[in-house]
Amino acid sequence: MVVADAARSPAENQWCPGCPNFGILAAVKKSLAELHLAPQQVCLVSGIGQAAKLPHYLPVNVYNGLHGRAIPAAIGIHVANPELAILVTSGDGDLYGEGGNHLLHAFRRNPDITVLVHDNRTYALTKGQASPTTPRGERTRLQFEGVEIDPAQMLATAIVNQCTFVARGFAGDIDGLTRILVRAVRHRGLALIDVIQPCITWGRHPVDWYRERVVPLPADYDPTDRDRAVAAALDVADSFPVGVLYEAAPRLTFAESYRARVGNEPLMRLPRIERTEIEARLAAFLVNPD
Amino acid sequence: MDEQRVLIAGAAGEGIQTIGDVVARSFLSHGYAVFSTQDYESRIRGGHSSVSLRVREEPLNAPCGSATILLALSSAARKHYQERCCEDGLVLSPDVGDLPVANHGVAIPFVDLAEQHAGSRLYANSVAAGALCGAVGLPFPLLRSVLAETFSRRGIDVVEANVRAAQAGFDTVRGALGAQLPDELPAHPNRYAFAVAHETMPIAAAAAGCRFVSAYPMSPSTGIMTALARDPKLGVFVEQAEDEIAAINMALGASAAGARAMTATSGGGFALMIESISLAEMTETPLVVVLAQRPGPATGLPTRTAQEDLLYAIHAGHGEAPRAVLAPSDPQDAIDKTVRAFDLADRFQIPVVVLTDQFLADSSFSMGALSLPSEIPAPCFADPEAVEGTYQRYALTENGVSPRLVFGQSRHLVCLDSDEHDEAGHITEDLAAMRPAMVEKHLEKGRRLREEMAAPSQNRTEDADLVLIGWGSTKGAIDEAVDRARAAGHKLGALHFTEVWPLPELTFPEGTRYWTVEGNATGQLARLLRAEYGLDVEERIGRYDGLPLDADTIGKELPWS
Repeated sequence: MVVADAARSPAENQWCPGCPNFGILAAVKKSLAELHLAPQQVCLVSGIGQAAKLPHYLPVNVYNGLHGRAIPAAIGIHVANPELAILVTSGDGDLYGEGGNHLLHAFRRNPDITVLVHDNRTYALTKGQASPTTPRGERTRLQFEGVEIDPAQMLATAIVNQCTFVARGFAGDIDGLTRILVRAVRHRGLALIDVIQPCITWGRHPVDWYRERVVPLPADYDPTDRDRAVAAALDVADSFPVGVLYEAAPRLTFAESYRARVGNEPLMRLPRIERTEIEARLAAFLVNPD
Repeated sequence: MDEQRVLIAGAAGEGIQTIGDVVARSFLSHGYAVFSTQDYESRIRGGHSSVSLRVREEPLNAPCGSATILLALSSAARKHYQERCCEDGLVLSPDVGDLPVANHGVAIPFVDLAEQHAGSRLYANSVAAGALCGAVGLPFPLLRSVLAETFSRRGIDVVEANVRAAQAGFDTVRGALGAQLPDELPAHPNRYAFAVAHETMPIAAAAAGCRFVSAYPMSPSTGIMTALARDPKLGVFVEQAEDEIAAINMALGASAAGARAMTATSGGGFALMIESISLAEMTETPLVVVLAQRPGPATGLPTRTAQEDLLYAIHAGHGEAPRAVLAPSDPQDAIDKTVRAFDLADRFQIPVVVLTDQFLADSSFSMGALSLPSEIPAPCFADPEAVEGTYQRYALTENGVSPRLVFGQSRHLVCLDSDEHDEAGHITEDLAAMRPAMVEKHLEKGRRLREEMAAPSQNRTEDADLVLIGWGSTKGAIDEAVDRARAAGHKLGALHFTEVWPLPELTFPEGTRYWTVEGNATGQLARLLRAEYGLDVEERIGRYDGLPLDADTIGKELPWS
């Protein structure tokens, strides 16, 4: 595996033993290997939470920033160096709650990055409060009488807002998630993957409850059919359709027009603007130079 | 020529800025120095706004008091601004019926003259510009060439209509003034750069190698990203973010991947950025943040000026780590400080805040030719080949600064973390050794940063009995107050800080009285001087009505007044 060859000191894993996050980690690792990406070409960006620790457990470049702010940071990294393959890996509280506004605007910008949401329907690291995806009525360690507001439907929102690659995966199916990830990274533009990641500590249902309800998309499913994709995204009452729900034709990606002007080099390698260019602009402030 | 102080008043959307610019350029073309400030309300149309021009034979870039000439585009504007006109001042307005006896008024029907001579009321502004030039004795051909330059892109017919309108205003004033007509102003050979700091800073940022700016529009900071977006040849990527949090985090991401990056905002937006300033400190990611001040709290006065954010800029953020705060005093200093901000950010791997304000953002200064610093330091990255073994982003070093590599630069992998981390950048809870070592690392950077900070500039402090201490954009006003006091025989001097954090080593000779002068109510610099130097200032002069400090306001507070 290409990724394993890189030199970077390992970090001690802080996840609960048996957490489905390990499945996501395995799938990320497998997909990077399958994509033949060298560790130096990969940058994992995360916010805060248990999910957001994932980048530390792979030998790649890591930007582990603030809660909710992984997407704008990833966008900045992407603009500065389009040669990097960028994956955002954080939780549902981080990406749908604290950073929800950034995700909405990422749909519009369409940066060429992959956003993987570890969706465990709970705030695990703060010990079991509701998250934006906790179903209405579910009791938590804060919503003692049950959650009184409806869960966010971010995948449907993504499709409606022109995100060109929208998928649902399951942390208990490493191979299936790997296949989705490989397609997502290859997709030109923003790819959003919501991964069902049952919380074995605070979650209401065990992993097997989800495993019984995860259904692959039917063989005749057409991911370019937007209406059907929205329906599949919303269909989570008794079962969870998994796979690539929506894939539209690529459209203009973020900073593409800027890159058409300056080329595809990392910004740090572009030559600095000529001093004479700057001096000409300063000289233009002179009124009526003789 | 004695000093002319021209106040051009009207409603938002009436074009008083164009009148101000045309008249200023006419004076400048004739060799006179102009200082221009703007005063406007937070609205798009209507209300009261004004442009003031201070015209002299030698530059004096400071706000002035009462006007020698008030040009009011409407009766409402005249009534609103009447009291700002000095005794025996001249008033040009469509209606001068009830002027105070001391004022001389000339009624000029701007709109009628525009319709009559240029065929449309749209040319009323050129009638006004012509009237002003006539009233001060500027030769008409000067105005004609400025109008031609201003309107040439709209075609010869538009230029000619503007010239006819201006001629009508010019002739009307000169006919009405009769015996009071001033002599034609003599030409001077001096030529000035007429510049605004928020226009010179973006150019300086590009010169410093800035490639990435993300910001959210907020008065009075918006001009910075606008200037870069308008000039794509500067090669800076400009993005309007969805909010200030996104703006600063995009910039931090770009910086983490090796691009020199900047954001700009005002107090409210800076509040949203604070957690990320702390992130820049923790991840040791270079970043330049322009904080253009306006009066608060909260939304405050969006279009007015203040110096209320000094302590805020220095202290905003959780935790303890170094940052630098610079406060330029004019458009040339703004160039120097912008270049310096990128260099300090890079060498110390810290956020650097550049404090400006609405006054500095909107005022045009007459300066000698603007220049770049002779040396513009290149960004500093470590040599990847020189790194032995596994790269450690936060390697502990003697000076606290770790050799910096970025994502994708070389074979080395880079790990940045907002958690307390070990040298490799991984989350740590090693309280016995690693946490104290990382805190010491920040402190050592701060100590070395302090050694590099510039001392305040000194103006006639050698023999001064009383020294005024100020910072940032008030330098022109304070220096003018010193000149006036000296002319009256008072031994006044001034110390002026343009690098306000960390403050350099400095001693204050005993036997001198020290007063602070600031655009705030609580004396923030005074508090800082006390905390850092143990200096107890005797008095604090503050202005907090939303308008810039001027020599009149300062002079009234001095002990001999």
